[in-house]
Amino acid sequence: MNKLNLLKPDLNNMNNYIYAGSFLLFISIFDVFLNAFFSLNVTSFLPQTISFILPLCFGLLGLHFIRIEFTGIKNLDLLNKHINTNNFNAILTLIIVFVIIKSIPPIMSWFIIDANIAGDTKDACTGSGACWTYIKIWLRRFVYGMYPNAEQWRINLSFISLLALGSVGYFATEKFKKYLTLYYVIIYPFIAFLFIFFFISGGPIFFEFSYGIIAFAVSIIVGFFIPKKFKAWYFLIVPIILYISLKYFFYYEETVDLGKLDGLNWVETGAWGGLSLTFIVSFFCLIFCFPVGMFLALGRRSALPAIRYISIGFIEFWRGVPLITVLFMSSVMFPMFLPEDFFMDKLVRVIIAISLFEAAYVAEVIRGGLQALPRGQYDAAKSLGMGYWKMHILVILPQALKLVIPGIANTFLALVKDTPLIFVVGLLELVGMLNLAKTNPDWLGYAMEGYVFAAIIFWIICYAMSKYSYNLEIKYKTER
Amino acid sequence: MSEPIIQMKDVNKWFDDFQVLKNINLDVEKNKKIVVCGPSGSGKSTLIRCINRLEEHQEGQIIVDGNELSENTKNIEQIRAEVGMVFQQFNLFPHLSILDNCTLAPIWVKKLPKKEAEELAMKQLEKVQIGDQAFKYPGQLSGGQQQRCAIARALCMEPKIMLFDEPTSALDPEMIKEVLDAMVNLAKAGMTMIVVTHEMGFAKEVADEVIFMDEGMIVEKAETKEFFANPKSDRTKLFLSQIL
Repeated sequence: MNKLNLLKPDLNNMNNYIYAGSFLLFISIFDVFLNAFFSLNVTSFLPQTISFILPLCFGLLGLHFIRIEFTGIKNLDLLNKHINTNNFNAILTLIIVFVIIKSIPPIMSWFIIDANIAGDTKDACTGSGACWTYIKIWLRRFVYGMYPNAEQWRINLSFISLLALGSVGYFATEKFKKYLTLYYVIIYPFIAFLFIFFFISGGPIFFEFSYGIIAFAVSIIVGFFIPKKFKAWYFLIVPIILYISLKYFFYYEETVDLGKLDGLNWVETGAWGGLSLTFIVSFFCLIFCFPVGMFLALGRRSALPAIRYISIGFIEFWRGVPLITVLFMSSVMFPMFLPEDFFMDKLVRVIIAISLFEAAYVAEVIRGGLQALPRGQYDAAKSLGMGYWKMHILVILPQALKLVIPGIANTFLALVKDTPLIFVVGLLELVGMLNLAKTNPDWLGYAMEGYVFAAIIFWIICYAMSKYSYNLEIKYKTER
Repeated sequence: MSEPIIQMKDVNKWFDDFQVLKNINLDVEKNKKIVVCGPSGSGKSTLIRCINRLEEHQEGQIIVDGNELSENTKNIEQIRAEVGMVFQQFNLFPHLSILDNCTLAPIWVKKLPKKEAEELAMKQLEKVQIGDQAFKYPGQLSGGQQQRCAIARALCMEPKIMLFDEPTSALDPEMIKEVLDAMVNLAKAGMTMIVVTHEMGFAKEVADEVIFMDEGMIVEKAETKEFFANPKSDRTKLFLSQIL
């Protein structure tokens, strides 16, 4: 047997070192484990400081013993290569592991073990942990805001249909693939708008929606029999004529007014709220701010001074103003400039305000992408006879947008997390509803649960978005 | 003598204070092959970039196929479509496949039906011998293949004039030949070509005329044989002695 040098573990006595090291490491972690989970202090007979530091010393010694190069044991080698490279890293590793072990029991007990979810009132919450009863009871409010309970199926149905319509991209066959961009950029937002405006908002106005659907469906079916030559004209004109004639010559609204037909109840936007409002605001702001930002980015690089200076002025104005001011202005100042009888809904104003605000940021992100493209791409496109728009749509923008996917995702995530600010105009989305609920006299003192709930929801939304953007990046990645 | 397809009369151009082109006079007749050579910074690239107005000239006249190029030219896109150009850095569109690179402009600028454009593109790609690479992306090809694809892309617009801006300068020596071969074939097919290059072998083989430029001026312009056999100016002699 070779001589043991405790300061320099080597391969000759590998087994001895590994057994001793593992044992010491195990003891140190086990001690912390007992301490954390069972409140047992095995070393309590020692002075407090030593008792506190002892597991760290044991662990360090253990990690020192097992730090042998080229043992041939795969996991041990990996450990030594990445974590246990020197004493300093070993201490950091141990501290992190100990903190994690220590923090598991309190978190577990708050979230699950000592938490309550049964019952319907505050009295049910007897444990020292979270009171999930509060979330359970208020869940409807958190998701739907003040939207009447009996009408909430409308929101559910709209969101499910929109989700289904949004997923057609996955099922589209090769033949329809080329129309997908058109669908997602123009048709889908339009359908979403129809759903939200007519279906969730409701009222007699709902029937205009059904006229629209009927006109659309009928004209598409008839459209199949129209010769290709006239198709563009046909789809431009006929649906509108059909819609107008349905609206003005059939007078369903009169029947509604007479009470012969029950329309959907009108729910004013002030009553909308909660998570569904978060989705609605984010969705439309995302959709509107992107094209506006794109045009601003192009405008800022335009050769025409008028367009360039207008774009620069617009971007710098919106970037220089805090969002909360913009929202406040949109609700308080904006109506003052409008004629008396002109009314624009609060929600619409807010969506426009946030869209323009974020568009300025998107514009700068996209401009970064445009500047990253080599000049040769412009030259090549021009030399093939492409004009400004063809060059940008076919050659420049596809490449520039691909480059700035991470930046755009950044802006969009910030947008989603900015939506709670719409409370300044009296619209209460998820966080707004939480703030309202926590002031309810029956449920005082549960703000923590609410905020944790909101944090989890927002994290899920944002993580999904960032994952999606990452997937897009991979999908459109091409070698240069 | 037919009417020249490109006419340049007293063309002057400045980049800020620096004059890049000085009193350029040049007539190019149809089906002629012109090689432009000269030291770097002599304005060769600027000269041919002026022909399809990628650069704007400040003084003088440039007339391409009967259309004068000026700030008031409305149909500049149409003129550019008739003038193909191949660049030193290939400038293929990296987000499109080779075939799409070739069909993009014919479909969107010349409004050819997709099928027709694809047939044309395949024909041109076959001509430069990269028909089998049609569905790859530019990043997956070698430099020589990329440059040949760039030639095919320009030819898909069926231009009347082809401009080459140092097409082989960014290539490995091994790949230069395959690109030059493609250009020689094109020349033999009767295309009007203006080529900026340092490949004197190519110049001797195909050029009708050689132009030597220095400091923004055309120093010497002569028939190919004449140019190489007895150059007139001392500057040309010096240049030729260094690169031959």
